[in-house]
Amino acid sequence: MRGYLPDCDIRVPADLADALALLAAEPGVWTPFAGGTDLMVVYNAGRLKATHFLDLSRLAELRGIREEATHLVFGALTTYTEIRDCRAVHQHFPNLVKSARATGALAIQNRGTLGGNIVNASPAADTPPSLLAYGAELELVSPRGLRRVAYDCFHLGYKRLDLAADELVASLRMPKPTGRSFHYFRKVGTRQAQAISKVCLAAHARIEAGVVAELRIGLGSVAPVPQRARHAEAAIIGKPLSALPIAAAQAALLDDISPIDDIRASAHFRLVVTQNVLGHMLRELANG
Amino acid sequence: MAERITLNLKVNGEARTVNVHPFARLLDVLREELRLTGTKEGCGEGECGACTVLLDDQVVNSCLVPAVQAQGCAITTVEGLARGEDLSSLQAAFVAHNGAQCGFCTPGMLIAATDLLNRCPDPTDGEIREGLAGNLCRCTGYAKILDAVHTAATDGGAPR
Repeated sequence: MRGYLPDCDIRVPADLADALALLAAEPGVWTPFAGGTDLMVVYNAGRLKATHFLDLSRLAELRGIREEATHLVFGALTTYTEIRDCRAVHQHFPNLVKSARATGALAIQNRGTLGGNIVNASPAADTPPSLLAYGAELELVSPRGLRRVAYDCFHLGYKRLDLAADELVASLRMPKPTGRSFHYFRKVGTRQAQAISKVCLAAHARIEAGVVAELRIGLGSVAPVPQRARHAEAAIIGKPLSALPIAAAQAALLDDISPIDDIRASAHFRLVVTQNVLGHMLRELANG
Repeated sequence: MAERITLNLKVNGEARTVNVHPFARLLDVLREELRLTGTKEGCGEGECGACTVLLDDQVVNSCLVPAVQAQGCAITTVEGLARGEDLSSLQAAFVAHNGAQCGFCTPGMLIAATDLLNRCPDPTDGEIREGLAGNLCRCTGYAKILDAVHTAATDGGAPR
């Protein structure tokens, strides 16, 4: 049974300041609404608690991908299709393009937004692993001003975010990789389109003189939040490509993840597959 | 309760105005207010593609779009593909290849394939599969649908 339409309201703010003023004036009343690809699903299923929505979709301040000298800056309303179509994203952040292609299918990719994927806070979302791998930073706005938060600190627990009631995610900044880079993205789902991940892993490494100088691994669907694999990273950072301790990293991964049984996969499946995908990633890294 | 809004749309090339709840689903506006029942509701969660329409020339799941977000937009539904009795080349190819069985997915398939051929007039098999990946069919097994899209592309690319 669908949600009850007469209970619902959706407000279209004139601009970002207007949207922020409404959020601040009635904290917790208005749920930000962008592409609707998550909220409408829950509404259609009759399980959405929220009834009052703030339509952000026409706010020009939150749109577009901007290239700076050292970063790409993504407006929160950037759609998966815009990510797929942007040459600079292909050049600097190929994992993010793969994340966008792996999310839903075209009709979802045309509507769903990066900001929405983040604040919906599903541990199974497919852009967060890439955002973690690339060291993304969020810009949050409120009438009190602008605040920056490292994305790997933004998820506090299952569906709990470092985001106040009067704040919106305005944009996301990612530093362009420099030097010799390695990129890896792998989603394991039931099929290539329209599947929710059973396991998702994205990684980015910087190689210096044959040694792994930097490595970030982002994981989806194996913890209550999109998760950095810090223990596995630590096992690899500083090691030469010719002698990566793959088994040690796979063992260390056990301290990074806490998979559960659900309708899509068992905890055991997720654990074994995450270790296998990590192994595959590290062998590709070693083979340069 | 929210006040109804005056929603101005351009549907299949024609200006239409309706009074609707701003959070009404575009799918319901099309089917119930405008009586364009070609667009179907399947899953109601953006997975099956039966409700696919073009919104400003992009495929969307109309079950996931609140009316207010379509304000001022151009919409193409399956009713907009044929000119009277004259089928689009894509529709004709679906008929020729038996690309429809029960027919429930067909409006969404036709819209998604129309979008694909507009963007990509000479698609590869992989491109067709990706273009239709968001549209499920439980009857045909897809092969005939892929054949129909190939034929339409060969016969002249974008249908209209």
